[in-house]
Amino acid sequence: MLQYTARRLVVLIPTLFAISIIAFVIIQLPPGDYLTSYISQLAANGEQVDQSTIQGLQEQYGLNKPIYVQYAKWMGGLLRGDFGYSFDWRRPVSMLLWNRLALTAIIGVSTLLLTWLIAFPIGILSAVRQYSIGDYVATFVAFIGVAIPEFLTALVLMWVAFAYFNQSVGGLFSGNFVDAPWSWDRVLDLLSHLWIPVIIIGVNHTAGLIRTMRANLLDELHKPYVVTARAKGLPEWKVILKYPVRVALNPFVSTAGWTLAGILSGSAIVEQVLNLPTTGPLNLRAVLSQDMFLAGSIILMLAVLTVVGTLISDLLLAWLDPRIRLQ
Amino acid sequence: MTATTPPLRLTGAPPSAVPTGGLPSDGDWAFEPDETGIAQEDRVFVASPWKLVWWKFRKHRLAVVAALTVIALYFVAGFAEFLAPYDANAYSAALTYAPPTTPHVFDAEGNFHARPFVYGLSQTVEPTALRRVFTIDTSKRYEIGLFVQGSPYKLMGLIPWDRHLYGVSGDGVILLAGADRLGQDMVSRVIFGTRISMTISLISIFVSFVLGVILGGVSGYYGGTIDNAIQRLIEVLRSFPHIPLWIALSAAVPKNWSALKTYFAILIILSIVNWTGLARVVRGRFLAMREEDFVTAARLVGSSERRIIFRHMLPSFASHIIASISLAIPGSIIGETSLSFLGIGLRPPVVSWGVLLQQAQNIRSVSQAPWLLLPGLLVVVAVLAFNFLGDGLRDAADPYAR
Repeated sequence: MLQYTARRLVVLIPTLFAISIIAFVIIQLPPGDYLTSYISQLAANGEQVDQSTIQGLQEQYGLNKPIYVQYAKWMGGLLRGDFGYSFDWRRPVSMLLWNRLALTAIIGVSTLLLTWLIAFPIGILSAVRQYSIGDYVATFVAFIGVAIPEFLTALVLMWVAFAYFNQSVGGLFSGNFVDAPWSWDRVLDLLSHLWIPVIIIGVNHTAGLIRTMRANLLDELHKPYVVTARAKGLPEWKVILKYPVRVALNPFVSTAGWTLAGILSGSAIVEQVLNLPTTGPLNLRAVLSQDMFLAGSIILMLAVLTVVGTLISDLLLAWLDPRIRLQ
Repeated sequence: MTATTPPLRLTGAPPSAVPTGGLPSDGDWAFEPDETGIAQEDRVFVASPWKLVWWKFRKHRLAVVAALTVIALYFVAGFAEFLAPYDANAYSAALTYAPPTTPHVFDAEGNFHARPFVYGLSQTVEPTALRRVFTIDTSKRYEIGLFVQGSPYKLMGLIPWDRHLYGVSGDGVILLAGADRLGQDMVSRVIFGTRISMTISLISIFVSFVLGVILGGVSGYYGGTIDNAIQRLIEVLRSFPHIPLWIALSAAVPKNWSALKTYFAILIILSIVNWTGLARVVRGRFLAMREEDFVTAARLVGSSERRIIFRHMLPSFASHIIASISLAIPGSIIGETSLSFLGIGLRPPVVSWGVLLQQAQNIRSVSQAPWLLLPGLLVVVAVLAFNFLGDGLRDAADPYAR
């Protein structure tokens, strides 16, 4: 197990390196370099542009140097926890990023857990009672759930809440907790808001997982070992839960990282619609104002989050399934 | 001689091929004997793979309905100018958020009219809330006509015409799904939106497909280092959540670009991410096929690599690829809609479902005019249709299985 973990960690390094290159490309994407646009923006606002500040920034990011030097400087900063400077917010990116990233991660992980919690029992029922009314209902709901984009669910929910219950759904904290320091009450307040985005995003992904669970389990249910277990006189629930379900779970664990990526993808736009204090709206605003250090850092960290998720799921799988770690 | 040949019955025919009662009925594989005198169950053995795929696909009712829906959507996209009663960008300030005008056949006095009609709309401003209220003016009746004369256009960009499928004449308006903030007919807008949304998703999937087949094919056919490199690239790209990545990439599209240029830029952005899924499918197929006997045979008789790939391997999994394409289109539709909805994809005056949904961002407008969510319904219908179609195609893709 230790050896397997070590091997997976080594493979991680080139992946992270490649991710950082893509994030750097994104930072470089907008035409012209960002300092020039920053200066012209300042000048347009009638502000004094201090020549020494500009030179300092140019020096810091190596803007007049070749591209690989710029990358090296940026990468060096990253390793020290310096994500660059947000010209739009006028403060270091790292000051903006962590809080919001943590909230995004909380939403992502709770959604993942919720979808599993819902999808497993329904998927199992749907496979064990194949072609029953319950199976058809689950299949139907699953297809509808996949077809409705998350932001549309969010919009409809907000509209119904606003028009018929005169409530505004949105945000992650009540007014008096927005800027409050973390406390037990604030956590409770967060939980009372969190379920809305979690359910909205969850609906979309639960559907797919139900289908996968059903298909995986159907493949297993007719294998000889299930017949053997039944022939030995095990109670039916034990026959199902102890053997085929365990095998059918493996693909879930192994794809948890990608499910997480899907959830983070959908949540980016739901966060915007519901106006949550997370990375989604921050990323959009950064892109609109061409604040690329911020946008690039968000993308980088979301990808790192997915990669870490994949790593955890791989390790979990190896722990669950000895065949994997012996390979 | 063929006329007298009795229909052969092979024992190996699929169980469903045995007609249950006497003559071959409308069963799964059963058909009347054709002019060559070969009964349907025997035709199964001589039919081309594509025919088998079609027969198997036809059994999947939901997929057939989905296929018809998809065809209908592309029909709407192709003949938008004719089907829409108004121009995409015709507006009327007097009709801001006007409610739908429902067609009637009975008028206010209960008289029956053979031709459906709509009533006129009149507008008053509520004195206290300063809100515009529309009331139905039953004194004015406008008959709905087919092929009515309207604004001139070029059908398919070629044939000049001025007829629209339906409409009302005179000074009446027909708004089957209400009007938006600029008083534009939602039905017309959605119809024109269908054109952009359906084409951009299709073309972007085509671009992804070309990329996916080339990279996935190379990866699966040659294996080794190059396979490893491409697989790592796919893995890295897939670890980026799609929508945030699309949002970040759209930063590269200058705001002053023309509508057409933006369209292609968004199309490319969607493809950059989407090709990975298709490449994985193609690679998997190539890997599975590399060991097949017929490929080894082709290699042994000295076929060139190009011939092996294009003549032997590609045709045998083309149906799988088509199924995967159909399953990949929804992602592309949702991508375009999401980007345009956020205001960083296509921009007005281009009309797409996402652009139309932008107006629904403001929840107050939605509560005043719920029909602003209509484009969302179209998104759902399109995504569902492509999913079911892809599902049916995937089941039919391997006609020799079971």
